[in-house]
Amino acid sequence: MDRRKSIKALLIGATSAGVILEACNTADKKASDAATDPYAGVDRMAEEKEHLKKVNAETFFTEHEMATITILVDIIIPKDAVSGSATDAKVPDFIEFIVKDQPNHQTPMRGGLRWLDIQCLKRFDKSFRDCTEKERMEIVDEIAWPKKAKPEMGQGVAFFNKMRDLTASGFYTTEMGFKDIGYVGNKATQWNGVPDDVLKQYGLAYTDKEMKECVSFDKA
Amino acid sequence: MGDLQIKKQPKKYDAIIVGSGAGGGMAAYVLANAGLKVCLIEAGPMYDPAINTTQLKNPWQSPRRGASTKYRPFGDFDACYWGWQIDGEPFTLKDDTKWDWWRARMVGGRTNHWGRISLRFGPKDFKRRSIDGLGEDWPIGYEDVSPYYDKVEKLIGVFGTNEGLHNDPDGIFLPPPKPRLHELMVKNGAKAAGVPVIPSRLSILTKKINDTRGACFFCGQCNRGCTVYGDFSSSSVLVKPAIQTGNVDIITSAMAREVLTNSDGMATGVSFVNKEDMQEYQVTGRTVIVAASACESARLLLNSKSTRYPNGLANGSNVVGKYLHDSTGAGMSGVLPELFDRKRYNEDGVGGLHVYTPWWLDNKKLDFPRGYHIEYGGGMDMPMYGFGGGIENQNGNFLVKGKQKEAGGYGASLKEDYRYFYGAGISMAGRGEAIPLESNYCEIDPKVVDKYGIPVLRFNYKWSEHEINQAKHMKETFKEILHKMGAVITGGDKDGPQNNYGLHTPGNIIHEGGTVRMGSDPKRSALNKWSQSHECKNLFVVDGGQFTSQADKNITWTILALSMRASEHIVEEMKKQNL
Repeated sequence: MDRRKSIKALLIGATSAGVILEACNTADKKASDAATDPYAGVDRMAEEKEHLKKVNAETFFTEHEMATITILVDIIIPKDAVSGSATDAKVPDFIEFIVKDQPNHQTPMRGGLRWLDIQCLKRFDKSFRDCTEKERMEIVDEIAWPKKAKPEMGQGVAFFNKMRDLTASGFYTTEMGFKDIGYVGNKATQWNGVPDDVLKQYGLAYTDKEMKECVSFDKA
Repeated sequence: MGDLQIKKQPKKYDAIIVGSGAGGGMAAYVLANAGLKVCLIEAGPMYDPAINTTQLKNPWQSPRRGASTKYRPFGDFDACYWGWQIDGEPFTLKDDTKWDWWRARMVGGRTNHWGRISLRFGPKDFKRRSIDGLGEDWPIGYEDVSPYYDKVEKLIGVFGTNEGLHNDPDGIFLPPPKPRLHELMVKNGAKAAGVPVIPSRLSILTKKINDTRGACFFCGQCNRGCTVYGDFSSSSVLVKPAIQTGNVDIITSAMAREVLTNSDGMATGVSFVNKEDMQEYQVTGRTVIVAASACESARLLLNSKSTRYPNGLANGSNVVGKYLHDSTGAGMSGVLPELFDRKRYNEDGVGGLHVYTPWWLDNKKLDFPRGYHIEYGGGMDMPMYGFGGGIENQNGNFLVKGKQKEAGGYGASLKEDYRYFYGAGISMAGRGEAIPLESNYCEIDPKVVDKYGIPVLRFNYKWSEHEINQAKHMKETFKEILHKMGAVITGGDKDGPQNNYGLHTPGNIIHEGGTVRMGSDPKRSALNKWSQSHECKNLFVVDGGQFTSQADKNITWTILALSMRASEHIVEEMKKQNL
């Protein structure tokens, strides 16, 4: 390797304008990718890109497991008057991803799904997926209420708690979930303090000191 | 590897700086603006929050919905590259030591994601031994550093209020944001518990201060880095303008191996490995300024052995690596039933707390030395991975819209519960001062190297009764405030003597310091009062390593002030031909 060349290549400070230009081009390219890749445009270092590629190349759940997950997430978060269902928000896809990204979920999820199927097999001679809605809900009601569940259903309760948590994570972190929960931030704004009607509701007020010292903006 | 050779750079710099975080960034900024030629070495890649954006991204733009990875332990949108572990760069623990070590690898280092809590040390913080007989006094006092705090505040910007508190000095402040709803409730609860609450002091621009940086637009995401530079990061506020002077050559992905010295014992430069081509390089300069973070700086010095310095560079005193200390930390969380079913509005605010509690008690009346401050959290946060987790522990314990429900569940009723409890959480965290002890240290592991062949650090650390008693006091205080607020405690109240009252693992608070400490006695300290090695006059250490003690104030603001002070001293000494 040519010594001068290697040094020149290293001293990017000396050619910082070029580096910045190059970075801009990369940014433009990222923007054009955004249409096809929902994750484009978010800063990622090289090691993260490699990791994502690896995770995306794997498939964890079988078709049967995914079908069962799809039924369960819509029991947990169905469509209601406020918002759509977990499958409307593509929660099963999220669950497939997260168990590959966080492998510690894999055994409890795979094992929990099989535990559920075995219960159904013993009771109805069918897998959970093949059960009628009434049969499914009979089992679900035995594992969805931790405090009143029978002790022998403990493993099922733990599995359903995990399913409930993953479903909530997957649902409320979508546009649909934001609207449902009423989160209205994540944008440029001016913080002028707690709205007057809310202060009034809680019997609170800013002190004169706060009104004088704190930054305030003209109300639109 | 057949052609392995050391590539020597012919250019001789005025200063070689190792590390581009708060300490190194400030040194580069001051020296470059004084016209000196600087080579800035950084172990990670280039990073500019205006280009490398995660700000204002929505959770669905992350396949893991913002969950953490080993690459970003504080979440998928956090700005910091790496954290608790780095592939190929291990560290080891001695005996039963528990130690957490957060390392960033990127231009700007950990300042890209820090909490922006920017507190001046007070007069007492430099002279603790004189007050309680523990640890060591600094060789400098508040009066030495105060003018630099002024300059840092003018250059970088910080909001806060002048409260006339002796040990939490007034400063040059921008206006703070108004408290959020839960923060008003904290104020009332704390007041009833006899605990003061004042506006926080964060280096976030509530007003524009110059034409190169925008003002905060209240997205609450300072940890993601700010595209308009509305908060302080070394990358955007120091390194970028330093490079723009034309006086700085920055070398990224360069892991420093050793500080080089000559037969006179003077530092001559730095050797490093380029992480991308895996080749070995050397750069030379009139001075070497080390700012690789407290522990990495100690590691670099200890690894810089020579006939002249068999014990490592700047280590004639044998203190390098010792007196390692992190802030203490303990927390508690709960829910405010008063906030159930609350009205929705955007309360993101700035990327951090709007109010805090500075230390308010007299240690003479307590069973521990040194104080702690309290940070408060809560509100209607952006839903991320983990949202609504463990709701079965909550929805059976409270009436939901006047109705008692069974814990757990599913369906439309469960969806109602998530909505009902959203935004009602409240949390408290104490951050306190630990006593630096000789017995808490990092040292070179005699057997282990990283993937670059650089010997790694081994840690030995044990909290003393001082810190444990402090954590106990924190817990009592939090309980009292939460009680007075009408909150129901949901986490952190089961801690007790069995687990040091929930005192976090040392290193976990990410305020490590003390490993290359300053002092007036060269036998008991590595640096003099100018952050300069006692024995190698053209070597400086300007990060948290130099801290004789670190107060209950997050250390970044003082790193900036001390680095600026040391750098101006270097400029003066160079003018006088003393360096």
